[in-house]
Order: sequence, then structure tokens, then C-alpha cells
Amino acid sequence: MQQMTVQRPAQPPKRDPAPSRVAYKAHRLWLTPFVRQLARVGIPVFVVTMATGWYLSNPTHRFAIVEKAQQVRRTVEERPEFMVKLMAVEGASPVVDDAIRQLLPVNFPISSFDLDLEDMQAKVAVLDVIERVDIRIRPGGVLEVAVTERQPAVLWRAASTLEMLDATGHRVASISARAGRADLPLLAGVGAQDHVDEALALIAAARPLAQNMRGLVRMGERRWDIVLERDQRIMLPEQNPVQALEQVLALNQAQDLLARDLTVIDMRNPARPTLRLADPAVEELRRIKGLELGGLAQ
Amino acid sequence: MTDLYDQQRAMRAMRMAAIQRGVIAILDVGTSKIGCLVLRFDGPDRFRDSDGVGAMAGQSAFRVIGAATTRSRGVRFGEVDAMQETERAIRTAVQAAQKMANIRVDHVIACFSGAQPRSYGVAGSVELEGTAVSENDVARVLASCDVPDFGEGREVLHAQPVNFALDHRSGLKDPRGQIGNRLSVDMHLLTVDSAVIRNLLYCIKRCDLEVAGLASSSYVAGVSSLVEDEQELGAACIDLGGGATGLSIFMKKHMIYADSVRLGGDHVTSDISKGLQVPLATAERIKTFYGGVHATGMDDREMIEIGGETGDWEHDRRTVSRAELIGIMRPRVEEILEEVRGRLDAAGFDHLPSQQIVLTGGASQIPGLDGLAPKILGQQVRIGRPLRVQGLPQSVTGAAFASSVGLCLFAAHPQDEWWDFDIPADSYPARSLRRAVKWFKDNW
Repeated sequence: MQQMTVQRPAQPPKRDPAPSRVAYKAHRLWLTPFVRQLARVGIPVFVVTMATGWYLSNPTHRFAIVEKAQQVRRTVEERPEFMVKLMAVEGASPVVDDAIRQLLPVNFPISSFDLDLEDMQAKVAVLDVIERVDIRIRPGGVLEVAVTERQPAVLWRAASTLEMLDATGHRVASISARAGRADLPLLAGVGAQDHVDEALALIAAARPLAQNMRGLVRMGERRWDIVLERDQRIMLPEQNPVQALEQVLALNQAQDLLARDLTVIDMRNPARPTLRLADPAVEELRRIKGLELGGLAQ
Repeated sequence: MTDLYDQQRAMRAMRMAAIQRGVIAILDVGTSKIGCLVLRFDGPDRFRDSDGVGAMAGQSAFRVIGAATTRSRGVRFGEVDAMQETERAIRTAVQAAQKMANIRVDHVIACFSGAQPRSYGVAGSVELEGTAVSENDVARVLASCDVPDFGEGREVLHAQPVNFALDHRSGLKDPRGQIGNRLSVDMHLLTVDSAVIRNLLYCIKRCDLEVAGLASSSYVAGVSSLVEDEQELGAACIDLGGGATGLSIFMKKHMIYADSVRLGGDHVTSDISKGLQVPLATAERIKTFYGGVHATGMDDREMIEIGGETGDWEHDRRTVSRAELIGIMRPRVEEILEEVRGRLDAAGFDHLPSQQIVLTGGASQIPGLDGLAPKILGQQVRIGRPLRVQGLPQSVTGAAFASSVGLCLFAAHPQDEWWDFDIPADSYPARSLRRAVKWFKDNW
């Protein structure tokens, strides 16, 4: 049998109070989209803008803000992680090393934010001896200057100085005496520095004459002369000087040309090699011719 | 008559404006509760002006975004009894619904059950001006209906053309554009007490709301509770409310009769209260928990504590058997149903081809009513619940909310009423100008 008894005491009716007219109107006003937007966006934005504007209208506050920002920036920049403590120059001879250190006067320690690496690289690259320079800040606070030096390939006797040039004709350094780098071939003449590659090709071709060769002279800024011992000269053409030289070497090998009493082997016209004899040889030749002809004539 | 016409047109225009804005509230002012739903219209097919007469409601076009009900106060028999109280109750419901919807509503469509509705069937007939039926012909035929004298202090609440006939062809849904000679119309007029409407409008105005429509609660309950074939074939919807019982008869998807009986669930409650000597609130609770209309042997043994707070132990420990409770309720429910039967008979309901009766409203939830009602009303009785509409909270899907839901459908897809048609051209004051324009239209 089911007992349909009331388990709980009768509840009072649910409270359902009517809103007052004012509350009702306020609620409706609040639900109006415009009012709502105004309260949620308009008024806060206005208040914040006004407050910020008022604060910034005072120059002291503006200055304080800027100063504080700079101070914070400094603090970050000067953290030990960003400090550079020493400079390492790699791949440079002691002289160049010194020169680089002279060029880059940096007071260590310094923040890496204060280093202008591109400017420093440009400064170092001004040195003739430097072929290539890479500057970077290595982890651990080291300013690394990696340098590739130019290798001198020839000496060039200019108007008043003696310069070392690399294979591209770029100046490497000056030198006081030829004996300082006796191992390097010598060039002379105006415009020789612009055709070092040609000169090097000739020097390579003239290896059999290396013992006798004193140097190469650029003649009239257009062609080369090879100057040998005993004031002998091989005058080479503008075009294809190496073939002309090889022709001379072949003659030399066949007929021992250079051992003879010649002053000039003129190959300016390769089709017509011309020899200029030394004065005694000319005399001798004349004498022999004279004997032949004189006998006949006498 | 003309001011009512203008008033209704103004309401219709306001409803269009509200639907354009997308938000409208519906307010069901009942005797036991006041319900407010907030609707948002955002569907692709909004209310279309071009729809002909009598198409079913497009329920996809809106969704309920706010719902609130509150205990009604100041309403008796579905009429405003104490204005301040009613205004406060409306305010409570509207504010709660607005809060749930989180949107402000300015337009409201209201329905009420009282005000002694009376139905009139009127007919009119005109000769067509041209060969085809034009808008103006429809307007003229509606204007030609001979309106009965419904007495002082009454206003037309609904005036729906239910049938058009062109020559000998009857049952036209929309005669526009059809060719014939004589157009006649049958119209259903529903008049109510104008003082009741005025009081209700005043209460709503006091809440800063614009009235965008008024409807009879028996009509809208029928709209929501009758399924489509019942509306088509003929059925009566009986809305058993708190203070009044509305009944509406539908045929071919038009309401053809509506009436209201000034009896309802509150009378059952007051009977229980008187019979058991308990307060009304307790009586209401006992009715909803243990109520019924059909006693069995089991019910003699089921004892209900009816309680009390007098401090007298004997008085506070009273119990009553369920059979006794049923014995109190049944005569009153029978009386209501008898009264409804009388109204249906008076309306000639038994001449309809289909005699389906649908019981809805809060009082239709009494257990056993489905056994009692057929004995009084006839065999085809069912207990109806309102249609499901989108977004409606579960708590307001019950039978008690049939008129709220119906009002939603009414708002989304109102029936064409008399004032929705053009005003006939020859009733304009600027008649000659209109004639001139018409002459130009006809001749160019």
C-alpha cells in the first residue's frame, strides 16, 4: 500500500518579487546596446585616455618615463651575457695583429649592443694586407676578428718605392730592399701592377730561365720585356707573349741562343724574331764579313 | 469601427517594424500565470507580406531566446482586475525574459483569455470592377460585409476572411488574379469587451512597451495545439486555463468560432480550499500533486496530509483520502466540460464533418481527464500539447503554455485579417485624385 503523505512541510510560495519601476527602467536601459557599449567600452576608454593624457601633459613625467626606459635598456644591455671582454685576432701575422688592434680601439669590457660590427669590418678592410675579414662576437664574450691576409706574389718597383703585390695585383705592403724578399720575382714599369696575372704566367713559362732572369719590365704600358743577366732582354709582343717566350725558349734549347753575345731578342713581331748583337759581336761579324768580302774586294 | 481599423493597422505596422528589427516579445496574460517569451527573427524566410490567405505558420523563422513566467496577480477570469498588480506582474515577467535573452524588447504581442469574446459570421459580396480580382476588389468585398450590431463597448479583435467565393466557386484561399464576375466573402468577426482591452493596453504601456498586436488566447491556443489536419478538417480546441476556459473551432485552417467560459482551474482550487478548509496555496499544491477525476478503490486508501499552521495539533494533522479529493474536483471539472459542451452545441459544432476535440491548457493535465472528457464532449477527444518551437525551454513546453506558443506562431506568421488588405479606393477622402490615378493606370 502506498502512503501518499507529504514528506516535507508545505513550502512557502517561491519568492517572485516584482521589480520596481525604477529598477525595471534601469534594467531596460542597461540592455540598450548603445548604453551597454558606452559603459563597457566608451567610458573606460575615455577614462584611461584622459588619465594618460593628464599624466603625460607634465614634462617631468615624460622625462621620467624616458629615463626609466633608457635605464631599463641599459640594465639589460649590460647583463654579463651581453658583455664582450676581449678581442681575438685570428689568421694575422703579429704586425697585422698590432695594426688591427690600433685600428679598433675598443675599451673592454663593452656591451655587444654598443659594438658596430659592420663599421669595424669596414675599418679593418681598409688595410691593404687584408684580403678578407670576418668579425663576430663569439659566445663567451669574445670579439673575434678572423683575418685572411693577402699573399705577396711579386715585387713591383714603382717610381720611388718597392711594393709587394699579390696575384691579383693588389698592394700588400711596401718593402725597403729587394733582398728582403729575394724569393719573389721583380716587376718594373708603369702599369705593371695591373697585369700581374700576365706577368705570373710569363714567369711560370720562363722557369728554364729562372737562374738568369732579373725581372720583367712593362714597356709603354702595353707589353713585357724580360730582363736577363748580362743586360739581355727578350722583347715580347702584346698579343700572346707566352707563345713568343716559348718560341724563344725553344730556340734557346736548340741553338743555345742566350749564351751567345746578344743584347736583345726582339719577338715583338712573332713571325719575324730579330736579334740584336752586342757591340763586340757586331765588330767581330763585320770583321769576318770584311775578311770574306775584303779578301774578295781586296 | 474606423478607429479600431486604424488601431489594428498601426499595430500591424508596429509588428512589421519589430520583425524588421528582429526582436519581439509575446506576453500571455493569464489568470494563474503571466508568461513572456522573447523571440528573435533571423531565419531566411521572414514574415512575408505577399503570402496569401491561410498558409501554415513558418516555425523556422524565429527562435525563442528568452522565457519567463511569473505567478499572475491582479487578473481574474482572464481580465485585468487590479491594474497596479497586473502591471507589476507583467514587469516581472518581461524583465526576467529580457534578462534571459540579454536583449531589450520594445514591442510586445499580448493575448488574454477573458473579455467575453463573441463570434459573428458575416458575409459580403460585390460585382468585380474588371474581369480579374484585384486587391481593390478584395478590399471592397471585405468592406461590403454587413457588420452586425454587436453592442456598445465592444471591439473587433479578429476579423478574418475565412472563405472567398467567386461566382459559383467557393472555398478559394486567395482569389486575387482569378477571373469572374461576383466576389463574395465569409468573414469571422470576434468581438471583445473594449474596456478589458483598454485596461490591458494601459498596463502594457505602463511597462514602456509598445503593443504590436493583440490576440484572443483561445484562438492562439488552437493555433499551437491543433495539428495541421485537425485545423484543416475541423476541430475544437479547448484551452482549460486558470480563470477562463477558451474554446475555438477551426475549419479549413481558419478559426470559425471562438468563445470563452468563465470557469477554470482556479475554481477547482477554490472548491478544494473550501471543501478541505485549507489555504488556496495548499489547495493548489494538493490539486497538482494528487488531483484526479476518476476514483478507484485504491484511492480510498491513499491518505493525503493536508496540513495546516494553526498550532492545533488535531487541525494540523488532518488527512483526507484521495477519493475525497477526487469527489470534490470531479463535479467542478464536469461542470466546466458541460458548459463547454453547451457552447459547442450553440455554435453548431455537431454539424461539422470532423468532431475532433483537443483539450489543452494547464487544467488539461488533471489525471483521468481523458476518461472523463469523452463522456461529456464526445468520442474524439485527445489531450493536446503545444507544438515544439525552436529554442523553447523545456519548462515551458507543457500544455499550460499552449497559448504562449500559439502566440509565437501568430507573431511569426499572422493570419491575414481584414485590416491587412487595402482600404477600398472609393472610401478615400481624396477620391477624385485616386480615381484619376486609377483611370491613368487603366488606360495606359
